[in-house]
Amino acid sequence: MPVDAGTVRRIAHLARIAVAEDEVEHLQAELNAMLAFVEQLSEVDVDGVEPMTSVTPMVLKRREDKVTDGGIADDIVRNAPAAENHFFLVPKVIE
Amino acid sequence: MSDLTSFTLADARDGLRRKSFSATELADAHLSAIERARQLNAYVLETSAQARAMASAADARLQAGDARPLEGLPLGIKDLFATRDVRTTACSHILDDFVPTYESSVTANLWRDGAVLLGKLNHDEFAMGSSNESSAFGPVISPWRRRGSNTPMVPGGSSGGSAAAVAARLCLGAVGTDTGGSIRQPAAFTGIVGMKPTYGRCSRWGIVAYASSLDQAGPFARTVRDAAILLTSMAGHDPKDSTSMDRPVPSYEAAIGNSIKGMKIGIPKEYRLDGMAGEIDRLWEQGADWLKAAGAEMVEVSLPHTKYALPAYYIVAPAEASSNLARYDGVRYGLRAPGRDIIEMYQRTRAEGFGPEVRRRIMIGTYMLSAGYYDAYYVRAQKVRTLIKQDFEDCFAKGINAILTPATPSAAFAIGEKGEGDPVEMYLNDVFTVTVNMAGLPGISVPGGLSGEGLPLGLQLIGRPFDEATLFSLAQVIEDAAGSFTPERWW
Repeated sequence: MPVDAGTVRRIAHLARIAVAEDEVEHLQAELNAMLAFVEQLSEVDVDGVEPMTSVTPMVLKRREDKVTDGGIADDIVRNAPAAENHFFLVPKVIE
Repeated sequence: MSDLTSFTLADARDGLRRKSFSATELADAHLSAIERARQLNAYVLETSAQARAMASAADARLQAGDARPLEGLPLGIKDLFATRDVRTTACSHILDDFVPTYESSVTANLWRDGAVLLGKLNHDEFAMGSSNESSAFGPVISPWRRRGSNTPMVPGGSSGGSAAAVAARLCLGAVGTDTGGSIRQPAAFTGIVGMKPTYGRCSRWGIVAYASSLDQAGPFARTVRDAAILLTSMAGHDPKDSTSMDRPVPSYEAAIGNSIKGMKIGIPKEYRLDGMAGEIDRLWEQGADWLKAAGAEMVEVSLPHTKYALPAYYIVAPAEASSNLARYDGVRYGLRAPGRDIIEMYQRTRAEGFGPEVRRRIMIGTYMLSAGYYDAYYVRAQKVRTLIKQDFEDCFAKGINAILTPATPSAAFAIGEKGEGDPVEMYLNDVFTVTVNMAGLPGISVPGGLSGEGLPLGLQLIGRPFDEATLFSLAQVIEDAAGSFTPERWW
């Protein structure tokens, strides 16, 4: 069992997902089932193989370094759960 | 008017130009059909007012003899595509009141060419699923049933609403996305055509991201020709997606009817799974016979890393998803659940907003990317991906024009039948389709016949990069031989 209950809580914290204590056991079993499934990859010989970084061979396109968009603050905050004067509002971060 | 829904997209296009009916009549016929079919749960939003306005603008163009390629043709759009001023949810509670202020590039291309928006289509939450059961709007019910049974069946997923809507004649064509099989598997389950183009053929800009190195948009239609017409409009370079390819888009419709004589079709021996249903094997042989009869040559090929594609996918896709879905934090858009501080607000928002399958994939992806595990999981999976792609390249280098496989290892299953105890059981649905995403290749699913229980079965053709045209030519040969499959209306 690579993932124990403590690891489940740690992953949940890293992923910023609240997990109730009575969900841990169930999640632990599911995560371990997924890890067991992908375990087959350890039998593949990948010595000297480059990891894929680009799906189709292409050079990343570049464009002129100039502003092409902007002035749409209204649009940007339109869907915000809480906003004021074009600022997003969040609970207090610094005491 | 309901017979207007039984036209193919190509016939409707020609009928509109001949003025046999108007775009408004065509839109109205589909809106009524959608209303009568609400129990299928294919649409999560009906945009009737917008459909009528777009149809009326199309009628003006048609009257003026100024019709664009898709003028007046009513389509459904997977709710993963951002549509300006039209609610877009990714079928997740976390986005349930999100109204984009911009339009995805693929849908913008469709409207540029005159198409009409009927509504937004249901799918698995964030496109994570193979049965459309993980949607926050509830499952889509397939228009197909097993012979002599009332058991509700899944339409496949993740683009289940798109597939069900096209099969049930609730639109002339639809748009979906395919990350591991999410267009081709539901197309196969519902007896229609679904195409996943080459990675980079369609822009991903404005599509809610799941796994960015695998996601591609593609069309659903009732005929191969209709799918070709739709892709011609959807595809093309977009400066807003740096992975979209800057190369001309051919008229895919022109490939329909092209001879396939002398083409070499690969039959990969690794796709012959132990314990695969006999009817899938027979369908596969039948498909090969149809292509042979049209002059193609069948060649046995080997894709030795096939069995590692699905496990590698279940590393790459969750890892990329955990990163992409970090943006749903309750700050800029979507749901916010209150918390004592900002961390608790994030945690509660994401626990309440995401469904179980999405939470599971984010968590496993987070684990695989966490310190100490990145090389063992993500880097290894990307190396395996290089090997999978190499298998296909070796095959094409030997002169193979395309590869023929079954689309799915079985016909559709009933709602609630799979994946309850073990998520991996559901994942196995994508065993034949996922290799194509891992290698970034184009693939098409085309109906081949019915199962013993009377459910559709599909064949898959896999092509060389950016050679969608050859896939359309080959798929047309299969369609000509296999015929078309329509569910009997019970809704």
